[in-house]
Amino acid sequence: MLENIEEIKQAGLTALVEVKDEDALNQWRVTHLGRSSAIMDVFKNMGEVPKEERGAVGRAANQVKQALEAALTEKMAALHEVALQRSLGEEHLDVTLPGRAIPRGRLHPVTQTLREIYRVFADMGFQVYRSREVETDEFNFQLLNFPPHHPAREMQDSFYIKTDEDRGDNPFLLRTHTSPGQIHAMREFSATDPENPPPVRIILPGMCYRYEQVSARYESQFTQVEGLAVGYKITFSDLKGTLSDFARRMFGQDVQARFRASHFPFTEPSAEMDIECFLCGGDGCSVCKGTGWLEILGCGMVHPIVLENGGYDPERYTGFAFGMGPERITMLRHRIEDIRYFWANDLRFLEQF
Amino acid sequence: MKVPLSWIKEYVDIDLPIEDLARRMTLAGLEVEEIRYVGYPLPEGDLRRETKITGFAWGPDKIVVGAILEVMPHPDADKLVLCKLDDGDQVHTVLTGAPNLYEFKGTGPLDSPLKVAYAREGATIINAYEPGDNPTTIKRKKIRGVESYSMACSERELGISDEHEGIILLDSDAPIGVPLADYMGDVVFDIAITPNIARNANVIGVAREVAAITGSALRFPDLEIPREGPSLERRVKIEITDPSLNPRFVFGLIENVKIQPSPYKVQLRLKLTGMRPIDALVDATNYAMLELGEPLHAFDYDVLLQRAKAAGADHPTIITRPAVPGEKLVTLDDIERTLDDFTVLVCDQSGPLALAGVMGGAESEVSGDTTNILLEGAAWNIINTRRTVISQNLTSEAAYRFSRGIHPELAPKGVLRGLKLMHEWAGGTIAGDLIDEYPLPPEDPIVEITPEDVRRWLGIELSVEEIIEILQLLEFKCETASHPPSAVIIRATTPDHRLDIGTGVIGKADLMEEIARVYGYDRIPETRMADDLPPQKGNFDLEMEDALRDLLVGLGLQEVITHRLTSPERETRRLSPDTPPEDALYFTLSNPITPERAVLRHSLLSSVLEIVERNARIRERIAIFEINPVFLASEDGDFPDEAKHLVIALTGPRALADWAGADTAPMDFFDLKGMIDSTLRGLHLEDIRYQAAGHPSFHPGKCARVLLGANQIGVMGELHPQVKENYDLPETPLLAADFDMTAIIDAVPKLFDVPSIPSQPPILEDIALIVDEAIPAAEVEALIRQTGGRTVTNVRLFDIYHGEQIGKGKKSLAYSLTYQNPERTLTDKDAAKLRNKIVKRLERELAAQLRG
Repeated sequence: MLENIEEIKQAGLTALVEVKDEDALNQWRVTHLGRSSAIMDVFKNMGEVPKEERGAVGRAANQVKQALEAALTEKMAALHEVALQRSLGEEHLDVTLPGRAIPRGRLHPVTQTLREIYRVFADMGFQVYRSREVETDEFNFQLLNFPPHHPAREMQDSFYIKTDEDRGDNPFLLRTHTSPGQIHAMREFSATDPENPPPVRIILPGMCYRYEQVSARYESQFTQVEGLAVGYKITFSDLKGTLSDFARRMFGQDVQARFRASHFPFTEPSAEMDIECFLCGGDGCSVCKGTGWLEILGCGMVHPIVLENGGYDPERYTGFAFGMGPERITMLRHRIEDIRYFWANDLRFLEQF
Repeated sequence: MKVPLSWIKEYVDIDLPIEDLARRMTLAGLEVEEIRYVGYPLPEGDLRRETKITGFAWGPDKIVVGAILEVMPHPDADKLVLCKLDDGDQVHTVLTGAPNLYEFKGTGPLDSPLKVAYAREGATIINAYEPGDNPTTIKRKKIRGVESYSMACSERELGISDEHEGIILLDSDAPIGVPLADYMGDVVFDIAITPNIARNANVIGVAREVAAITGSALRFPDLEIPREGPSLERRVKIEITDPSLNPRFVFGLIENVKIQPSPYKVQLRLKLTGMRPIDALVDATNYAMLELGEPLHAFDYDVLLQRAKAAGADHPTIITRPAVPGEKLVTLDDIERTLDDFTVLVCDQSGPLALAGVMGGAESEVSGDTTNILLEGAAWNIINTRRTVISQNLTSEAAYRFSRGIHPELAPKGVLRGLKLMHEWAGGTIAGDLIDEYPLPPEDPIVEITPEDVRRWLGIELSVEEIIEILQLLEFKCETASHPPSAVIIRATTPDHRLDIGTGVIGKADLMEEIARVYGYDRIPETRMADDLPPQKGNFDLEMEDALRDLLVGLGLQEVITHRLTSPERETRRLSPDTPPEDALYFTLSNPITPERAVLRHSLLSSVLEIVERNARIRERIAIFEINPVFLASEDGDFPDEAKHLVIALTGPRALADWAGADTAPMDFFDLKGMIDSTLRGLHLEDIRYQAAGHPSFHPGKCARVLLGANQIGVMGELHPQVKENYDLPETPLLAADFDMTAIIDAVPKLFDVPSIPSQPPILEDIALIVDEAIPAAEVEALIRQTGGRTVTNVRLFDIYHGEQIGKGKKSLAYSLTYQNPERTLTDKDAAKLRNKIVKRLERELAAQLRG
C-alpha cells in the first residue's frame, strides 16, 4: 500500500514535468488532486485499510497530497513567470504614434500680456480701474490739458460720433487713450474726501481708437495700459524707480532702462522710457533698428492742471502717470511684424501663444 | 527738423564727439533721429549706434576744390566739353557733359576760374547712373578718343542731393586744392520737435539747448545793418484791427536789390535742411527763418504802391483783420481760397494780400522783376493760424511755426536778419528804420520756485545756486528773495523767446521740466514710492471676467478679440431674413475711414461669426469665445451702455479623425450646452435652467434661453440655416451662445459652502421611465430631485430610448440615482420606499410609467 502511495506521488510529479501551460496545469490538478484522483481514492478507501496500517497510510497519503500541492503551487508560479516574460517580451507599442489629441484653449496674446502687466503692478499696489470707451472731447482732451486746437491733438486724430445737435467744442468721440480714466478715477476718489483726497495708485487698461489708416504698424483700434500714482510724496525719482522695476520684472532683471525728455500735454516733466533691447542685449539688431534701445512707454509727472481737474490740489499733491501698448510689447517680444494680426484672429497666429 | 552742425557751431562752441552730442540732445528732449554725414568720414567700427547714421564720405586726398581755367569744345562730341582744371598740384584735362558749362565753351581762358568739386583718379563717388546710392571708383578710360581719369562732380555724385543736371559750381573764394570735406563737409542732425519745444525749431533754438546742456555760451547772430535809405515814415502804414489776432507787425524795406542766386554755401545749407534754394531774396527769408525761427514774408513794394495809387492813396496802408466769411484770395500756390471768419488776413486798401502767418497771395509775391522789397515779420494768434491750416488743408514752414507760437520779440530781429542777408546776397539799400506796430506785448511770466519744490517734484536736492545756474543757462533771469519762515525763493523771469511757461503752480511744473532736462534725466536717482498705499479694493468684475476666461480656455476654447467698429450691413447678416428691422440706433462715426467700419457694434455674436468665417478656410474645427462690449443706447444719458457680452462659437467635428478612433461626429447643441454648464458651475452659479426659445439668429427648434433662477442671462443654439447661408461656413452645424456678462457676474456668489464628504455608503439604483415625447427631460429630473429631497444626491440621465416596444410618441428616460443619507446608513428598504414615492409622483404629475 505504501509503495502504491509512493507511486502515486512519482506519477504525479512525472506528469507535472510535461505540463507547459495553465490549461494543462488545470487538467493535471483535476487528474492528480481532483475528487477522483488516485490520492483522493486512497483517502476515500481508507476504511478498507487494515486498522493497524491506517496511521502510516494516512500519514503517507497526507505527505504525498501536500507534496503534490506544493509542486502545483511551484509550477503555477513558474508558468506565471513564463507568461509574464512572454508578455514583456512580445507586447510592443509603437510609442511614436501620436497621442490622442485634446483640444487646448488659449487666451488671446493681448490678454496674456495684459495679465502680466496687471500682475507686476498689482505687486506694487496698483489696482485696475476701467472706464468707458465712448468719451467726450472734454474728458478725452480738455481736462487733460489739451485745449481745443492744441497742436498735440495732431498726434491723436479722433473718430467722432455723430449727434443730432452740434455739440460745439465737446463732441462725442472714441477715446484716443485711456487717460480720460485718470480724470474719472481721481474725481471718484476725491469725492470720497474732497478736503483730503486719498492717494491713488491704479492702472487703466482698455481699448482705444485713433483715426489711422490701418497698416502693418498702425491699427485704428489698439489696447493701452496707463498707470497713475498720486499722493503727497510722489516724485520723478519714484517714477523712474517704479518703471525701472516694472521693466526688470517684465523683460528680465538685467534690463537697463533709460529716460528721455519728451512731451505729453497731461504730464510735466514728461519722458519716454527706453529699455535696452532684450533681443540683442543692446548690441543692435533689426528689432531695435541697431540702436540697442526699445521705446516701451511714455510717462511723466501729472500736470498740475490734470491734478486740479481731478480734484487734487497740485500745491499739496504730486503724481506720476505712464502709458504703454500691450500689442507693441507683444510684437517686440515675439518679433511680430504686423499689428493687424491681433484683431484678425487668424487661428494660425493665435495658436502660437 | 534737419539742422547742419556747421550752422549750430556758428552760435555755440561744441567739443563733444558727434554721437555723444546726439545722445545728450536726445536725453534732453531734442530727439536726434538720424545723423547724416555729408562728406565727413562716417564713424568706424561696428559699435552700437544709438542713432541712425547715414551719409557719404569724400576721400580727403581724392576729392578737392578744383578751378576750371578754360572750357574747350570736345573735338568729337557736341554734348561734351574739355576743361582745363587746376587741382592745386597740376593742371588736368577733364571731360564733362555738364550743361552749366556750355556758356563758357570756347570763350578762351576764363577771367575768374570756375571753382568745382574735383574728383581725382581713384576717387570713390556715388554712381549717378544707377538707382540708390551705390559707390563707384573713377578709373582711367577713353571717351570718344579723349582720355578721362577724373571728373568734376554733381551734387548727386557726392551724396548731397538728387541734382545731376550740372556740376557743382562753388563760390569763387573756394581755396584750390583743399579737400572738399574740409571746405564744405557737414553733419546734419534730424531732430524730432515735439509741440512743447517748437521754440527750438530753428538753428538758434537748437544752439541754445546745446549751450545749456553742455554749459557753453550762446552767441546771437549779427543784426547790425547799414541803414542808408530814407525812413519808412509816410511810405507804408500798418493798421492792426485786433491785437489779440496780431500782437505785433514789423516792416523793413530794402530797395534796388538784384535778383540772383545766393552763394553756393547758402544754397547747400538750405538743401541740407530740406529746402529748395530759389534766389537770393527768397533764400534770405528762408535762411533767416531757419536760423531765428521768425517766418518772414517779402512783398513786392512796387505792387503795393500801385495798388495804393489805384485806390487813391499815396502809400500803402497794411491792414490786418479777420476775413469776412466767404471772402476769397488766390494764394501763391495759385489756388483760389474761400475763407472763414477765423482766418486772419494781411490786406491793403484794395483788399487781401496774404493769409496771415500761413501763405502769401499770388499778386504781391516777389517776382523776377522785383527790385524793392517790403519785408514783414509779425506775430499771429496760434489758434487762428491752426484753424486756418486745418480748414484750408494748407501748411507751410510759416504756418508750422505760427501755429505753435512765435514770441513777438522775434519779429524785428527776424526782419533785421532778413534785410542783412538780402543786402549781403542781393545788394540794395536798406531803409533807415523799421515800422513797428506792437499793440500787445506778452507778459513774460515770473515763476517762484524753491529747492523744496525741486525736492518735492523731482526727488533731488539742489541748492539755490544750482537751480539758478541751470535756469540761467536757458536765459531765465533769476533773483532771490528771502521769505521767512521758509528759506530762499527764486524768482525766475521767462526769457523773451518763449511762450510755453505758465504762471503759478503750472509755471513751477514748467520749470521742473527745464531743471530736470538740463540737470539730466539720467542723473535723477531711482527710488521706490514712500507714499501711503491707497485702500486696496481690487476689481471684482475683471476678476470674474478673467475667471470665466480661464474656465473657457480650460474647455479648449480659444479667446479672440475683434474690431468693435463694423457696419449695420455686416451686422444684419447674423439675423434670419424674416427678422423685423432693428429699431435700436447705432452710434455712428462722423468721420469713418471706411464704410466697413462706420458704427460701433450692437452684436458681439456678429463679430465672432465673422472670425469663424475667416478661419473656416483653414480649420475644420473651430471653438472660440470673446468677452467684450457692445454699444447700445443706455437708459440714462447720451452714452452707450458698453455692456460686456460673452459669445461662444463652435463648429466642426468633436475631434479630428485619428488612428485611435476619435469621435469625429460634428459638435452639436449638447456639446455647447455641456461647455456652458461646466463654465457656469465653475463660477458656483446655482439653479441654471434652459428653456426652449426663439431668437432671430438661431434655429427655431434648436435654441434655448439660459436662466439663473428667473433671470435670463443669455441665449444659445444652433445657427439658423438661413443665417448660416449669409456666411461662408462649413456644412457642420454652428453652435453659438451669447451671454450678458453683467447678469452672470452679478449672480456669482462671493462665497460658497463645501459640505463634508459623507462617510455612509451610497445606494445606486437605475430606473427607466416612459413619458410623452413632449415632456422636457429637465422637468422629469426636477421632479425626481424635488421628491427625493436631500437623500437623492445625484440624478444622471444615461439613456434615452425610442421604439415600438414603448409606443409611438413616447420616450424612455433611464436615470441612475444615488441615494445617500449623511447621518446614517440607508437600507435597501429605505431606498425602495423613496423610489416608490418618486415613481408615484411621476405617474401622477407626468403620467409616467416605470419601465419594467
